[in-house]
Amino acid sequence: MATEEKTFVGAAEVMDVEIPIQEMFLNMGPSHPSMHGVVRTMVRIVGERVVWADIEIGYLHRAFEKQCEAQFWNTAIIYTDRLNYVSPIINNVGYCMAVEKLLGITVPERGEYFRTLVSEVSRVADHLTNVGAAVMELGAFTAFLYTMKAREWCYEIIEAACGARITTNFTRVGGVMADVPAGFEELVRDRVKQLRGVVDEFDKLMTRNRIFIDRTRGISPVTPEKAVAYGFTGPLLRAAGIPYDIRRTHPYSIYDQLDFVVPTGTTGDVLDRYLVRMEEMRQSLSMILQCLKQMPPGPVNVMDKLITRPLKTNVYGNIEGLMNQFKLVMDGHGIKPDPGEAWASVEGGNGELGYYLVSDGGDGPYKCRCRAPSFPLVQAMKEMIVGHMVADVIPVFGSINYIAGEVER
Amino acid sequence: MQELPEYLSVLKSRFGDRIEEIHAQHDDATAVVKRDAIVEVCAWLRDDEKTLFDLFLDLTAVDYIGRKPRFEVVIHLVSIPFRHRLRLKVRLDEDDPVMPTIIPVYPASNWFERECWDLYGIKFDGHPDLRRMFLQETFVGHPLRKDYPIAKRQPLIELRKSEVRRNDESVEPRPA
Amino acid sequence: MGIDKGEIPGVALTTKLESLLGWGRKYSLFLYPFVTACCGMEYMSVACAHYDIDRFGAGLPRFSPRQSDLLLICGTVSHKIGPVLYRVWEQMADPKWVVAFGACASCGGPYNNYATMQGADVCIPVDVYIPGCPPRPEMVLDGLIKLQAKIQNRQIPG
Repeated sequence: MATEEKTFVGAAEVMDVEIPIQEMFLNMGPSHPSMHGVVRTMVRIVGERVVWADIEIGYLHRAFEKQCEAQFWNTAIIYTDRLNYVSPIINNVGYCMAVEKLLGITVPERGEYFRTLVSEVSRVADHLTNVGAAVMELGAFTAFLYTMKAREWCYEIIEAACGARITTNFTRVGGVMADVPAGFEELVRDRVKQLRGVVDEFDKLMTRNRIFIDRTRGISPVTPEKAVAYGFTGPLLRAAGIPYDIRRTHPYSIYDQLDFVVPTGTTGDVLDRYLVRMEEMRQSLSMILQCLKQMPPGPVNVMDKLITRPLKTNVYGNIEGLMNQFKLVMDGHGIKPDPGEAWASVEGGNGELGYYLVSDGGDGPYKCRCRAPSFPLVQAMKEMIVGHMVADVIPVFGSINYIAGEVER
Repeated sequence: MQELPEYLSVLKSRFGDRIEEIHAQHDDATAVVKRDAIVEVCAWLRDDEKTLFDLFLDLTAVDYIGRKPRFEVVIHLVSIPFRHRLRLKVRLDEDDPVMPTIIPVYPASNWFERECWDLYGIKFDGHPDLRRMFLQETFVGHPLRKDYPIAKRQPLIELRKSEVRRNDESVEPRPA
Repeated sequence: MGIDKGEIPGVALTTKLESLLGWGRKYSLFLYPFVTACCGMEYMSVACAHYDIDRFGAGLPRFSPRQSDLLLICGTVSHKIGPVLYRVWEQMADPKWVVAFGACASCGGPYNNYATMQGADVCIPVDVYIPGCPPRPEMVLDGLIKLQAKIQNRQIPG
């Protein structure tokens, strides 16, 4: 062995020595466990502090708009499922509201109640997935299992309403796909009770957890002015202290008849975003029960043969029903709104989910634009992580609820 | 034609013939703005105490192929204090699809403008970082233009087998 | 040894090396979830307590391709992610298996346009295709069992 003399420096001496720190480039993704979906985050770090960041998205660009332009008004609904695949029903509702605005029709009240009820279930599923995944990335795997267990109950309700768990295709232009199934009310009451239990359990497990608070409090606080300038909507804007919730400020559907509170935070940090989401889940669960209670009898679809498809018993049972079905599904027939454009927005899981549709008088959308709520959030993430530790990238990213299908469409 | 909301008339009287058209079809207040006036109009809308359109929602484009001017850039704004909504439109010619950026007024429009450049090929004058948003840098063309075939793919790696589906003719774009 | 003389002690089992290896491999799958899209939600459901993929010996996700031997492609593969997917697959050590989870990864699913790849198999070889958009958890488990049968019957090359 080479006999090279080595001098070992004691700890006290190290403290005085200035350690030269080099700037380092760190790449996370595109395939990274803490990145929900595929997104590439590039950061420059000095020591552990992020000094520069850039985000590259587009790995799940599936050409939603181009695909919808080749579809009919009703068949484009399936692509809206796959935008925000955590709360697909809200997407369905938003798209159908825009088409209904173009057509100038209103959905019967029972249909609106049914849509709202299932939307709120979907919102609970969205928030459960978000808070569960966010705390899992901070190391709390047990809490994630709790929320996934609860999410299955949400899926049970959604499955009873439309037959699918995730990609629901629940609404139709002018209503919903089917009336409320038998035994739905008992199922919902039962599951809401269980969901409440899980939310409380999760609350006990996480909200006062020392590690969780240390990792999230004061991380990437956003002032109200900045939040508005960045184009935030939804839980992040409310966490910054602005009570902007479309269900309250621009009430659509039957939200003006429901009693709910719009929770707001104070500092807009990661902890506030979590707390806002937790409270919203409770509000949603209470709204579900209110919908059940207030739901009137009657039809769920518009009674217009040019818009609503006939019942399957009529399609297979008599010639009028068969002709009606044909006229609605054949190329060049079907629903034809007048030329024009419409914007409709709903409160999605991450904020204002808007649809901008242009009709050229044809049987499908000429232009179908989705305003994804998490797109501006991901845009602002650059500013939100600069100046923080590299380990804080994960909670910030978890709190903005990046849904690749929606951001990249 | 629905009744025009007050802020739309105020906007029209403030800017005169630099607002080409106002209407409120389907209750959506809409103003068509001349290209050179868009930044000024946005700044006024954001700051004037009668309008206060502080939240930028959306920026996108529509390709009306065969019409002159061909492109329309559509901006959606919302006012949190007044709960108003407004749609602004800028019409752009096919030969010169360039628009001034509105980032100085609404910083949130940064990525929306990049997306618009990526998918429609509309340039934003003064944008600090006008790269493609979703597609790879080597992508040729702007896919959401109506003359881009829907199934024209541009693979990045050598593929093991053909990607053509049996019904690929049927996904050609419908005639406009 | 006493086997060729027919003297087998009571505690031993006879088998072929191939099927022993296959048996060991099929119940110790370390999977790499390449989650791109909606199917990731169903992957979460399958992996968690309700459906519990751990019962079938594939409960441990490894987030490094070098440590895993089952690539689970959950969701749409776009042309932009294609090189990444290929590289992840290349980095996995043999023996390796690939499962196309859902319609998009199997054949492109509802997406047939300029951005999406028509199935993961135009880029890398796929062993088991699980249809459905997204597949129900039961179908995923069924696909896993099919894959296990395939692993069991695999010949050792050479």
